[in-house]
Amino acid sequence: MTTFWNTLGIMLYATLIYMTPLLYASLGSCFSEVSGVVNIGIEGMMTAGAFTGTVVAYFTGSPWIGFFCGGLAGAFFGMLHAIATVNLGADQTIAGTAINMLGPGIVIMIAKVMFNSTDTIPLDATMKIPRLFRGVFDTATVFGRFMDNVFANYASTYLVFLAALIVWFVFYKTRFGLRLRACGEHPQACETLGINVIGMRFACVCISGFLSGLGGACVTMAISNQFRPISIVGQGFIAIAAVIFGKFRPHGALLGCLLFGFCSGLKVVLGGSSGIDMQLISMIPYVVTVIVLVLFVGRSRVPAANGKPYLKAK
Amino acid sequence: MTKKRTFLEIVSENRFLHILISILLGFLVGAVFLAIMGLSVGEAYGRLITSVTSLKGFSYVVVYAIPYIVVGLSVAFSFKTGVFNIGAEGQFVVGSMAAAVVAILAGGLPKVVLIPLCFLAAMIGGAVWGIIVGFLKTRWGINEVLSMIMFNWVAFYLSNYIAGIPAIHSDGTAEATKNISANASTLLPTAFINRAGLCPTANWGILVAIAATILVWFIIEKTTLGYELKAVGSNKFAAEYGGIGVNRSILTALGISGALAGLGGALQLMGMGGRISVFSSQEGFGFAGIVVALIGCSNPFGVLIAGLFYGALTYGGSKLNLVGAPTQLISVIVGTVVFFIAISVIFENLKRIRSRARRNAENAARKAKEEQQK
Repeated sequence: MTTFWNTLGIMLYATLIYMTPLLYASLGSCFSEVSGVVNIGIEGMMTAGAFTGTVVAYFTGSPWIGFFCGGLAGAFFGMLHAIATVNLGADQTIAGTAINMLGPGIVIMIAKVMFNSTDTIPLDATMKIPRLFRGVFDTATVFGRFMDNVFANYASTYLVFLAALIVWFVFYKTRFGLRLRACGEHPQACETLGINVIGMRFACVCISGFLSGLGGACVTMAISNQFRPISIVGQGFIAIAAVIFGKFRPHGALLGCLLFGFCSGLKVVLGGSSGIDMQLISMIPYVVTVIVLVLFVGRSRVPAANGKPYLKAK
Repeated sequence: MTKKRTFLEIVSENRFLHILISILLGFLVGAVFLAIMGLSVGEAYGRLITSVTSLKGFSYVVVYAIPYIVVGLSVAFSFKTGVFNIGAEGQFVVGSMAAAVVAILAGGLPKVVLIPLCFLAAMIGGAVWGIIVGFLKTRWGINEVLSMIMFNWVAFYLSNYIAGIPAIHSDGTAEATKNISANASTLLPTAFINRAGLCPTANWGILVAIAATILVWFIIEKTTLGYELKAVGSNKFAAEYGGIGVNRSILTALGISGALAGLGGALQLMGMGGRISVFSSQEGFGFAGIVVALIGCSNPFGVLIAGLFYGALTYGGSKLNLVGAPTQLISVIVGTVVFFIAISVIFENLKRIRSRARRNAENAARKAKEEQQK
């Protein structure tokens, strides 16, 4: 029984730690996609955030300033994407691909100049995002041990659930949210009602960069303690997949990320105990996502104006 | 009245000029970064040029370009048919593993049989990987971008798993497959390479890449199949109304696109790689293919040139550290090029806005005249 609770605790811990960066980026992706701008540059924005977060934390000594600056770095690349796609009417897939090259290219180049290496200097424990509930639970009891395992997570994990709640509220309970959803469905109609479509979309793409940057910063400031070129390998694309999985709704994306995180947690537990080949176990999150889609979720409706450049002068 | 073409109009109508300008701007931005880092622009770019213009250097460029061209064709073909093949990475990996399995297990077969067999295995592998995604889309409406991202990782781990199977795994300590049979290799004869002074991995895969380019151009431009696929790509409702089976077209397009990406994997393995390592992260050939397809404007011959350009930058970029410049400069340059290609539509939009403004002005003038005559 003890081992069961221990294993479950570790698994939930792993679920949460895997899902955190994905959910930040997914929430970001929601903003952009729902307002009508395809953003496949999430990966590049996460990389920019991952690097900037650690570097700023390293020089200021404050994890929170670093975390915020990670978001700003993501927002900077979000702004580049917005200028190209929203203001200049560029093809959104092409611009996103460019961001995915520029983000990592620029930050790794800066890393080489600053640290004479592609990796940054590892952060001390005090410069990392803190673990909030360390030592709160009595680890002598089975239940305390379980709780300690689950809540060993970093503050960024709790923050992301708060962020998801806020994003859900903004999307469905505010005027801004209604307008942003309308912009992704029928920008021409919005314009006739006096909504500034260009401005809305610009803001949404920048927000999406900011959240992606935060997601990247979680990877290097909580899960690990330094930036390396392989810190962000595909998380941005998984985040986009989670948004499609969640039918372009923030609470859907949350479920997508939870499922993906849970399967990754399963991977950690199975990898240790069972005799199954690690490579096959590693496939679980990807295969399960597709199976769940086929069996339970099905067709996902893309916002009608998603991917179509909107120019006033048309 | 003869119409004078303004500079803006000339630029706006010529896609090739857009690309050229974008490339120049890319190098300009690269130069700015070099200057900020306090490095000599002349020295870095000089090294870039000299490393790819020697015969040996150029043979490296061609070898590097082979997979880029073929995967670029795969993505370009998908663009033409209205799907975004972000899954080329996985199809590439599956294709190269299929070729490796055949080349290792049936290594005793003579060259003339084994090489086509490897190509075939790779193309079938890639096509199957593409068609699964297409099937999920047509049967259950699963978004293809999502399932492609998932299948890229499944392919990645599948390849690592197969590389670990005893019959395939290297006999030595290397975390890789066995070396493929010499009969499956597309390398040029060593004596010839040495005499001509080419790079050690010089191979005739480039001929396959050129043949694939012509074939893709032919399918897209000259066949009914190509016409149907393009029709579905540009407007699937109109195509369906016109009697074209949309679902079948999507499956065909993804199958062909996947087969091309798989072929790219085989060419990389049989020419340059020689074996497949256990990966620690995705190699990014699919991503390179997307970039090449974009720089090449999804035109098969454009892709051929763009692939060589990308090959030159990758190979030349690997020599940049000799002058103290970071290799990532290449990502920055290529990223900038792609960024400017993306926004080059501004030329077309500008033209539209201006002609509209002119029309409005003319209308206003005519109205004013009519008012006067009254």
